[in-house]
Amino acid sequence: MNLLEVKNISRAFGGLRAVEDVSLNVPVGSLTALIGPNGAGKTTLFALMSGFLRPDVGQIVFDGIDITGRAPHLNALLGLTRTFQIVQPFASQTVRENIAVGAHLKFAHRDEALSAAEAVAERLDLHVQLDKPAADLTVAGRKRLELARALATQPKLLLLDEVLAGLNPQEIQEMLPVVRGLVDDGVTVLLIEHVMQAVMNLAQHVWVLAQGQLIAQGTPSEVTQNPQVVEAYLGHGTAARLLKSQQVTHA
Amino acid sequence: MFDLSILFASVLNGITTGAVYALIALGLTLIYGVLHIINFAHGASLMVALYGVYFLKEKIGLDPYLALPIVVPAMFAFGYVLQRVIINRASHGKDENILLVTLGISIVLENLALLFFKSDTRNIETAYTLTTVNIGTAMIALPKLVAFIGALVVSAILLAVMRFTFLGRAIRAVAKEKHGARLMGIDVDHVYAMCFGIGSACLGAAACFLLPAYYVNPMVGNGFVLVAFTIVVLGGMGSFVGALVGGLLIGVVESIGGLYLGESLGQVGIFVIFIAILLLRPQGLFGVRT
Amino acid sequence: MKDFSSIAGFVLLVGCIPFFTDSGVVLNFVMMALYACLLAQAWNILGGFGGQFSFGHALFFGTGAYVQVMAQVHLGWNPWIALLSAMVMSAAVGFSVGALSFRYGLKGSYFALVTLAFAEVFRIVALSVTFTGAGVGLMLPLRESFTNMQFTSRAGYVWLVLGLVALALCTTAWLRHSRFGAYLQAVRDNEDAARAIGVNPFTVKLWATVISGALMGSGGAFYVQVFQYIDPSLAFGPHTSVEALVGAIVGGMGTLWGPVVGALTLHVLADVTRNLFGQLPGINMVVYGCVLVLIVMFMPRGIAGIRLHLFKQPVKTPSVGKERA
Repeated sequence: MNLLEVKNISRAFGGLRAVEDVSLNVPVGSLTALIGPNGAGKTTLFALMSGFLRPDVGQIVFDGIDITGRAPHLNALLGLTRTFQIVQPFASQTVRENIAVGAHLKFAHRDEALSAAEAVAERLDLHVQLDKPAADLTVAGRKRLELARALATQPKLLLLDEVLAGLNPQEIQEMLPVVRGLVDDGVTVLLIEHVMQAVMNLAQHVWVLAQGQLIAQGTPSEVTQNPQVVEAYLGHGTAARLLKSQQVTHA
Repeated sequence: MFDLSILFASVLNGITTGAVYALIALGLTLIYGVLHIINFAHGASLMVALYGVYFLKEKIGLDPYLALPIVVPAMFAFGYVLQRVIINRASHGKDENILLVTLGISIVLENLALLFFKSDTRNIETAYTLTTVNIGTAMIALPKLVAFIGALVVSAILLAVMRFTFLGRAIRAVAKEKHGARLMGIDVDHVYAMCFGIGSACLGAAACFLLPAYYVNPMVGNGFVLVAFTIVVLGGMGSFVGALVGGLLIGVVESIGGLYLGESLGQVGIFVIFIAILLLRPQGLFGVRT
Repeated sequence: MKDFSSIAGFVLLVGCIPFFTDSGVVLNFVMMALYACLLAQAWNILGGFGGQFSFGHALFFGTGAYVQVMAQVHLGWNPWIALLSAMVMSAAVGFSVGALSFRYGLKGSYFALVTLAFAEVFRIVALSVTFTGAGVGLMLPLRESFTNMQFTSRAGYVWLVLGLVALALCTTAWLRHSRFGAYLQAVRDNEDAARAIGVNPFTVKLWATVISGALMGSGGAFYVQVFQYIDPSLAFGPHTSVEALVGAIVGGMGTLWGPVVGALTLHVLADVTRNLFGQLPGINMVVYGCVLVLIVMFMPRGIAGIRLHLFKQPVKTPSVGKERA
C-alpha cells in the first residue's frame, strides 16, 4: 500500500523549473531516501509534499486523500509532518515545551501534552535536557529536538530534511539507530540525505533528483552504481573516466 | 459634481502638495530601501527641521529658501549621528528593535518640542506668503509652486547621486548584499549612517519648502509619518520613481478627498489606500514582488 | 497552580489597600497604576505572547471607550452591560482588523503600520461624525451609584480596575498553561515550524487579537467611567498606544508579571518626574520614550523578560505576501 503518491508534480519560480514532472510512491512502513546534488530541488519537493508550496501541476495523494495544495497544518493533522534543513527550534522555550507543541496535536490538555513530550524525549535520549532552553542545545541536540517535536505529532509519514547534516561521525552513528527505530515503531520515513553512509545503511529505496527531475531510483547499491547518478554528482563524463581508471588499475 | 475649474485647481494644489510629500517620502525610501529600517522617527525629524527653519526666520530673519544651505547640512549631520550612535547600537540585528527604537526617538523628539515650544501652531510670514500665481483658471500660492519645483530639483539631485557617484554605488551595493559589500572594503556602518543622513537632509530641504506654505507644531510629524509611509509603500519600497509618482498621487487624492469629504474626512482616503495597498498589492506600483 | 495563587495573592494585597488608607492621592496612584497595568497586559497578549507588535492598540481602547459612553448616553443601557458590550465591540474590531491583516500575511513592521493606520482612520471618523460627538467628544453625566458604575470614593474605581486587571492576569496565566497559548508562542517563535506540526497561524493570531482587543477595550470603558469624557484624540491618539506597548516591553514581554512590573515602573517614573519638574507638558512621554530607547538598546528582554531569540533574518525585500499553498 502506498502511503504517499506523488503524481507528475512540477513547480517553477519565474523561469526556474525547480521541480519538473516528478512522480514517486512511498510504501507504508518503509524507510526511503531522496538524494541528489545541491540545488536539485529536494527541499522544494518536500515543501510541495507537505503543503508549504503549491505545485503548478500534478497531484499529491496521502493515505488515499488528495492533499494537493493543502495547508501544512492540515496535513500534519492527517499524519504528514516534516522537519527543516536548517533547524528551527522555538528558541524562547524549553525542550519540553518545544516538544509539547507537537504533542498538542493529539492532546488538548496541557498536562497530557507535557507528559507525552517527556515520553518522546526519553525515546530520543533528550530527557536530560528537558528543562533546558532550546537555544542552549548543540546542533546535534537541536536536530534531535526537531525530530522529537515532529514525532510528538504521532505522524504516519515523517519527512526528514537532512537530519544528519552538521553532525560529526560519532553523532551520526548515534542517530542512525534512532531513525531506524522510528520505522520499527510504525512511522513511514522519507529522508533527504547527503550523508551516503546513512542512505546506504538505512534506505530500502532511493530516488535521485537532479535539476528538478527524477533521474534514477532503486535500491541504494543500484542507484550509486548508476552512471547517470555519478554524472549528476560529479560532473559530465565522470562515469566514463571512472570506468576507464578502473580498467587501467585492473590491467 | 464640482465644476471643472474647481477640480482643476484642486488637482494642481494636490500636485504641489504631493511634490513635497514625495520629497519627504524620498528620504524614507532611501532609508528603507537600503537599511530596511522602518524609520518611525521620520515625521519627528521633519518636525525638528521645520522648527529649525522657523527659528532661523524668527530669530535672525533668514528667509526659508535662503536657509537651505544651513538646514540641509544640519539635518544631514542630525541623521548621521542619530543612526550611528543610537539606532545602529540598538538594532542587535532585529527589525523589531529598530521599529521600537525609532518609535522611542519620535516620542522623545515630539515631546521635547512640546516641552520647549508648547503646543502652539506657528507659521511664518514672508513677502511672498500670500502671493499667488495663475495657472490656467487656477490660482496657486507661490510658495507651493516653489515647493513643487524645489522638490523636483532635489529628487533629480538625489537620483543623480545614486546613479553617478561612488557613494551611490556603495549604497546600492550595501542595499543588495551587505556582507559582500563589507568584504569589498565598503564601510557598511558609514554607508548606513550616510543614508540616514541623506534621508534626513531631504527632510531639511522639504522643511524649507514646506514652512512658507504650511505651519509647525510639535505633533505635525505624526500626520506626515503615515502619509510618507503610504507613499513609500504605494510607490514600491526602495523605488525613487515610485516615491515621486506615489507622492503626487497621494497629494491629489488628499486634495480631491478634501473637496468632496471635507478637510478632516478627506484624509481618510490616504489611510484607506495605505491599508488597501498593504493588503492587496504590497509591492506597490513599482516594486518587485519577491 | 503557582500562577493562580500568585494572582490571588496580588489581588488580595492590592484590594486591601483601600481599607488601610483614605488618602485620595494614594488611591488615585493605585488606580492609575492598575489602569496602566491593564493596558500593558492587553498589549502583551498580542505583542508579547503572539509576537505581533501593534502600534495602534488605541484602536481597541477608543472603541471600548466610545461604546461605553454611547451605550449609556444614546441607548440608556446600564454601565455594567455597556462594559460587556464595549468589550464585545473591541473584540469585534480586533477580529476584523486581525482577519484582514493576517489573511494577507502582514507581519512585523507592516502589521505595526497597519494598526497605526486603522487607529488613525477611526480617529478621523470619530472626529467627523456627529453621533460620536465629533471634535467635541462625548460626556458621561455624573450620577454616582454602584449600579451606575460611578463611585464617590476612588476605592470603588480601584476595585473595578483591579477586577479587570485580575481578568487580564488570569487570561495571561491561561495562555501559559493551555494549548492555545503554546500554539500562540510557537507561532511567535517560528511560524513555519509551527505550521509543520499542526498549528494554524491564522486562527491563532486572530484569536489573540480578539482577546487582546477585548481587554484593551475594557481599559477604554474604564477610562470613560473615571474621567467621564472622551474625544477622538484621547480615544485613538498615539498616547495610549504608546503607553500600552512601552509598559509591556519595559517590564518584559511574554511573561505574566512583566507588564505589571513595567507599567508600575513607568508610572512611578512618571510621578517622580512630575514631582521633580512640575506639570510640564510632555515630560512624561519624553521619559517613556527615553526609557523605551534605553531598554531596547541595553535590556531588550525588559526587566523580567524571557529570551526572545528571534531567529528571523532582517527583511531584504517586502516579504509581506508570502507564498500561499
